[in-house]
Amino acid sequence: MKGVRRKSRGPRFQRRLNPLNWLLRHAQMSLSSLGRLAQNPLGTGMTAAVIGIAIALPAGLYLLVDNMRTLTGSWDGGSSISLFLQQTLSDAQASQVRDVIARRDDVAEAQLISRQEALAEFRLRSGFGEALDLLENNPLPAVILVKPARAASAPDDTGRLADTLASYREIDMVRVDLQWVRRLEAISRTLERGILILAGMLAAAVLLIVGNTIRLEIQHRQPEIEVIKLVGGTDGFIRRPFLYEGLWYGLLGGLIALLLVMTGLALMQGPVQRLAGLYQSGFSLEMFQSGVLTTILLGSPLLGLAGAWLAVGRHLARIQPE
Amino acid sequence: MIRFDSVAKRYPTGREGLAGVSFELAAGELAFVTGHSGAGKSTLLKLIGLLERATRGQVWVNGRNLNKLNPRDIPYHRREVGMIFQDHRLLHDRTVFDNVALPLVVAGLGHQEIQRRVRAALDKVSLLGKERSLPIGLSGGEQQRVGIARALVSKPPVLLADEPTGNLDPELSREIMELFLQFNQVGVTLLIATHDVALIERFGRRIIQLRDGKIGHDTGAAT
Repeated sequence: MKGVRRKSRGPRFQRRLNPLNWLLRHAQMSLSSLGRLAQNPLGTGMTAAVIGIAIALPAGLYLLVDNMRTLTGSWDGGSSISLFLQQTLSDAQASQVRDVIARRDDVAEAQLISRQEALAEFRLRSGFGEALDLLENNPLPAVILVKPARAASAPDDTGRLADTLASYREIDMVRVDLQWVRRLEAISRTLERGILILAGMLAAAVLLIVGNTIRLEIQHRQPEIEVIKLVGGTDGFIRRPFLYEGLWYGLLGGLIALLLVMTGLALMQGPVQRLAGLYQSGFSLEMFQSGVLTTILLGSPLLGLAGAWLAVGRHLARIQPE
Repeated sequence: MIRFDSVAKRYPTGREGLAGVSFELAAGELAFVTGHSGAGKSTLLKLIGLLERATRGQVWVNGRNLNKLNPRDIPYHRREVGMIFQDHRLLHDRTVFDNVALPLVVAGLGHQEIQRRVRAALDKVSLLGKERSLPIGLSGGEQQRVGIARALVSKPPVLLADEPTGNLDPELSREIMELFLQFNQVGVTLLIATHDVALIERFGRRIIQLRDGKIGHDTGAAT
């Protein structure tokens, strides 16, 4: 059946080029598209700059928030749990409890502060030393300071660890000072979401910018497209230079964005370090660790390509030779 | 090579381009299509180049039924059908060489092959010295010859020409027609639409005369 149909359609066309030839044509076409852009440096530069700014804005903001996160992350490790032991426990028992807790997988470190040590510290720091002397016995409980293991250092995990420890019979009270870590985390998540939305809108803007630029280019080259269709150019052949143009626009825009982000961070580095210095921190802005720059470099050409694809799909089909 | 089987073409505007045309053109044959303007000459050629599709009947070219041709195959079909137009349809921002090379570039040929074939095609239409010129700098007859070189550079088995001498003086017109006769001698199938009956009658070739979308007279009808 299939054979019969084939016959009625006549001999098959030879469609494909050999792969090497095909690759060569693509390379030629991509270069000639770049050449076409280079012929109009001002227009190309402006379009690329608009794309660059649209990409740089969310990327730069994201980098800032990401840096903030690493900062809270490093403080996060310092968040510890204080376990107040029952008053009735002897020093030896307290030390046993410490040992049990220290052996847990989700605990990195457990430090026992005995009742005497607690009293000594209180006397030293509070200034109520003389008042304490009036008391007959030591009112302070022994305390175990627990540092969660790295795997349990996220605020939620630390909270869960604290709950578990609270169920120990020997432990009277558990205090975790997590609130501020949680708030900071929530703020940075909110910011991140906002930036994501901004990035989404600006990505759509880039699509439209590239799409519109390519649309104008298609209109401009309509006679050429008609002639190419007349002499047997496939849709793919006609599409290709425009798609490459979109790709180049995206890449150029991405490079400009990269430049803007790096310049911006470099300009902020000084003030940020001065600020960190005031908090006795050696913190400095880091731009290469989050993968944002790689994302820009890979994502922006794809964005350009997608924009061109949108324009090409809509407008090329309309052009038919007469 | 070309077969029309009661082909009709009605345009969306309601105008009737062809109203039931049947004829057959053998491989290697040359025929002129004549008739008043609006008689359907251009429509007939457009159907062969798939610039238009028939509304009724069937068109066969090179053993393929064009009605059943997949849209994706249209470009490959056009590579087998060289088309020449009255207004040349050249790209004015490109050199003569680039214009003629276009069908080969489109087909993905290598650089050296393109060089060789374009020069051969330009040689056939006696324009070898004008490779680097822009079409604007050429005379009407020369521009038409560039168009002809472009149509034949990929060596298609079928050449179509729509009023190729429409804007040329009698002397140049005769030269162009003789060029077509030469191509025919090496086996190319040609269909040439023209209103210039006086010019073509001298060649004594087949003439298909169209009248109101139908064949009025066909000097070489096989049956």
